[in-house]
This record gives sequence, C-alpha cells and structure tokens, in this order.
Amino acid sequence: MIYNQIFKYLHINNYITSNVTISKNVVYHNERPVFENSGVELPAFLLSVYQHFELAYSKFHKMDSLSKLGWLATEVLLKDAGIKQYQPQQVGLVLSNANASLDSDQKYMQSVADIPSPALFVYTLPNIMIGEICIRNNFKGEDAFFIFEKFDAAFIEQYVAQLLDTNVLEACICGWVDVLNDDYKSVLFLVEKAEKAGAIPFSAKNLDTIFDNLIIDKI
Amino acid sequence: MPAVYIVADNIYSPIGTTTSQNFERIKQGISGIQKHSNKTISDTDFQASLFNYKENEEFNTLSNSKFERLLIASVEAALKDAGVDVTSEKTILIVSTTKGNVSLLETNPNDAGLKNRVALHTSAKIVARHFGFVNQPLVVSNACISGIMAILTGVRLLQSGRYETAVVVGADEISKFVLSGFQSFNAISEEPCKPFDQNRTGITLGEGAATIVLSTDVKYADRIKVLGGAVSNDANHISAPSRTGEELSEAIDRTLSMAGLKPEDIDLISAHGTATSYNDEMEAKAIALAGLETVPTNSLKGYYGHTLGAAGLIESIISIQSIKQNIILPTLGFETLGVSNPINICTTLTTKRMKTCLKTASGFGGCNAVVLFSK
Repeated sequence: MIYNQIFKYLHINNYITSNVTISKNVVYHNERPVFENSGVELPAFLLSVYQHFELAYSKFHKMDSLSKLGWLATEVLLKDAGIKQYQPQQVGLVLSNANASLDSDQKYMQSVADIPSPALFVYTLPNIMIGEICIRNNFKGEDAFFIFEKFDAAFIEQYVAQLLDTNVLEACICGWVDVLNDDYKSVLFLVEKAEKAGAIPFSAKNLDTIFDNLIIDKI
Repeated sequence: MPAVYIVADNIYSPIGTTTSQNFERIKQGISGIQKHSNKTISDTDFQASLFNYKENEEFNTLSNSKFERLLIASVEAALKDAGVDVTSEKTILIVSTTKGNVSLLETNPNDAGLKNRVALHTSAKIVARHFGFVNQPLVVSNACISGIMAILTGVRLLQSGRYETAVVVGADEISKFVLSGFQSFNAISEEPCKPFDQNRTGITLGEGAATIVLSTDVKYADRIKVLGGAVSNDANHISAPSRTGEELSEAIDRTLSMAGLKPEDIDLISAHGTATSYNDEMEAKAIALAGLETVPTNSLKGYYGHTLGAAGLIESIISIQSIKQNIILPTLGFETLGVSNPINICTTLTTKRMKTCLKTASGFGGCNAVVLFSK
C-alpha cells in the first residue's frame, strides 16, 4: 500500500496532446471530423484515407488492414505534433485490441490450402503494426501489445503513465486498433509530459470520453 | 521501487512437467526435438519438440483447448505449494502467447462462435476462472518477445503498487498454421537447430508452457530477484532483425543501468539463439556492442526448439536454475562459431559460481526484450 501512496505523491501529470479516431468510415483528429468516405468497404476506405492525406509511402500498399489502419491513424495523430523533437528511443507504443491479428490469420489460413504465403504470414502477429509504425517514424523505444475484450482505459493510463514517470519514455502513442472483417475501430492518443495548446490531462476518464465520443455517434 | 522476487515457477514441456525434471534432463543433454511424421501438421516430415499423444490425453478438462490445457497444467504445477492467494484483489494473471487457439481455424467452421473462441482474452478468462483469479487477466501478444515482456509487465504492475502478486504464464502449440508459416519463410531447419553454429540452417519449433510467480512480499527476499529489463524496437524491418544489433544492445545497456550493474557483473547470458542466419548474427553483434562478448552465452533452442510465446519464460526459468545451481548448460547443436563477433558460446556443462543472468529475445516486428535476474 505504501508504494501506492508514494506513486500518487510523485505522480507527474502527463497530457494527451493529440488524438485520432477512425471509425465508421470517418477520420477524426482531436475530435473533429477531418475526412469521411461512407459507403465503401474497409480496403477502399483505407486507401481513400491514404490518398486524401497525400501520403507517399510505398510500403503502405503491402500492409494488412490492421497495420494500414494503425499506420494511417498514426500519420494523422503525428501531423504537426513535433514528434521529431524526441530521440528515437524516447518514443514508444502501447497498443491493444480484442482480435489480435485474426483478420490476417483467416486470410493466411486460406492461403495454406494452396501455397502458404509468407507475405500474409508475417502479418499474423498484432505487433507487426507497431513495427510498421516504428519503421516509418524511426521510433526505437519501449513497445507492447495487449489483448483485451474491450478498451481498458484504466490499464492504458496506469501502464503508460508508469513508462513516462519512470523516464522509460518521453512520449508514447497508445490506444486501440482492431480489425476483423468489416468491423474496425482505431483510437490513438499521443501522450507527452509537457502541456501544449489544446492538450488535455492524460486520465482514464479522458481516454474513455474520447474512445466513446458522443460527437462520433451523432454523425 | 520495491524489489520483485520469484516465488515459484514451472516448465511444462515435452522434456518434463516440473522445473526440476526439465533441468535434470537438460543437464543430461536430453532434447525434446525429434523427427515427426504428422500429416495434420505438415505434408512432409519435420523436426520439432512436441507433446506426444499420451501426454495430451493426460489433461483432464477436455472442454478446454490444448492451448488452455497447457496454460492450466503449468499454472497448477507452479501454484502447488507456492502459498499464493490467487483470489486476492492484489493478484493478477498475465498470459503470454503468440497464436493461442489459432489451430481451431484449421478444424472448426468459420462462424461467429469461432471468433470468440479464438480470441486470446477468451482463453485467459477460462484460465482465470479455473483458478478463481478475481481480476481481469492481462494478455501479452508481442511475437517472440511475449514471454519476457509478460515478466516485465508483471514487474511493472507490482512496482506500481497496484498488485502484490503476478502469475505469469506463457504457452503456444505447434499447429499447421505456425509450421507452414515458418516453412513459407524457408526458416525451418531440416535437422535439429544449431544455434550460433557456422552450419546453422534455421529454426526448429517446439511447444510448451511455463509459469513464473512474481511477488513484492519481502518474505521472499531470499529468492531470485528480477533486477530489471527493457524493450526496444529496431525500426528497420518487420521480419528481419537489425543489421547492427544496436537496438538490442541499447535494451541491454538500459537494463544494466536500471540495476546499477556493469557488463563485468553479468555471469550468464541466455540468448534467443533461434539458429537463423540473421538472428544469431544480430545477437552476437548486440552482445559484443554491450561489452559482453566474454560472458558465457547459451541458447536453449537445441533442447526445446523455439517455443514462441513460452520461450521467454521457459528459458528464463532454466537460466534461473543455472545461477541457483552454479551450472552452465551447453548450447546443444553448436559446434563451430558461425557469427562475426567472437562471443563466448557455452559448449560443455561447467560449474561456476554465478549471481546474475541476462535473458534476451528478439522477434518479428523488430522487437527486442531483455530481463535480468539475480540471486
């Protein structure tokens, strides 16, 4: 118990300095819709996001849907975020979802009956998405992938705050990226130690508020 | 921050079903790897360390999948005589796996029920319910570093004060899904794997489960301690390791500085040593960069094969036994050094007074993990 008290006493405030939601064919940056393309299936939607933001990254096209979704969300998240101020090992990722890589697992399993595809097999691990984001941005810090039935804001808040407060990381991209067939959702948060204009305190309550954003449901 | 102690552990593998049985048999040079002709897994014969049919039959709760039965068998053995209250609100279960129940995709109809049955959180809940854990279990799935990452996650959750006990269990089974995938990469060795050897030709897979019970309770102060650990990413390639080993080396450096130790304080390294050309080369570079090239280093893959989500746990437990018993195990399959840096690969069983052991792993997605244990 005493350590709990010490931790609370030492607790340093961290801030959500940027957040992105991609859900129901809409991209939201800091809770404002920035792109919408309804009525298309996930692969076409993901490509339209890539084109809309005028991204040029040939590796994008070989990624599975999970990596594309997480990678695109990160591209929007880091837009104008000044992430280059950090050293590579100071930036890490703590991501989570419910279905791990099951979307790609199914596709790989279909290939096994014919010729097993190494290009599909490599995506049958959820942390490959973290690898893709790290390669793009040269992030070399701590990362982790956890599986939860539902987004666990309390766990993410506690675990990421510990990584920041113990100086393992200076900035952390955390949140949820899940894809299974036509169902998908990505909500990512950039968490930093310094308060910036428009930043909100990094708390489980704020993570949940953004994750379940009422604005999103109204559209 | 409070110290974290290892209260109990278990290895449930084709070599043995307790930690001491596993260690005794490995000391005798016994490997779980043999040639298998099993058409449900592969059209061609393959080398692997697999549970035999009889051992599978010995599991008693048949409504659970093989993966879940492995987790349960290992946790049960670890908790026996450990005196740990799993029903406490201060106890958490952490599950490490790469592919969990994925073999069900090979045998079951692809319907809505299958999605839930294959979900890793479903398996974790089954195990938690079996033992009566009250907290939601945590699942780590981060490729081949999952086992070490699960230990480090347990350490952090204990050091935060949120929990006092963490039961960390890992398992993976070898199915057609997994074997065909590594075969498609041409990563599987025809012969039992030869870590760090000049004639190494790739991985041998293995199945198994292992459990480590962690606690911050000072009544365990005479036990093995987890002094620290770190994770890094290569940011280089999703399926090939770093060309320089800098990122694994950096994770080693961070681990040593957390523990306030220097390279000369490390008595043993249990490397990942998968016996692929690139992995072993990268690891040798990282070990040399970290100033550890003279430290006795082994790979246990020649005994267990690559046990994926269990590997970090199985190999940590064996290495802990090594420092407890002051016995360095040889690297089965290794004959002649086949990496650029002259690291010190253990070739014979030797006795040496030891205090500390570093366990490392690397995996797809460019991830590296390090954990440090001490008497």
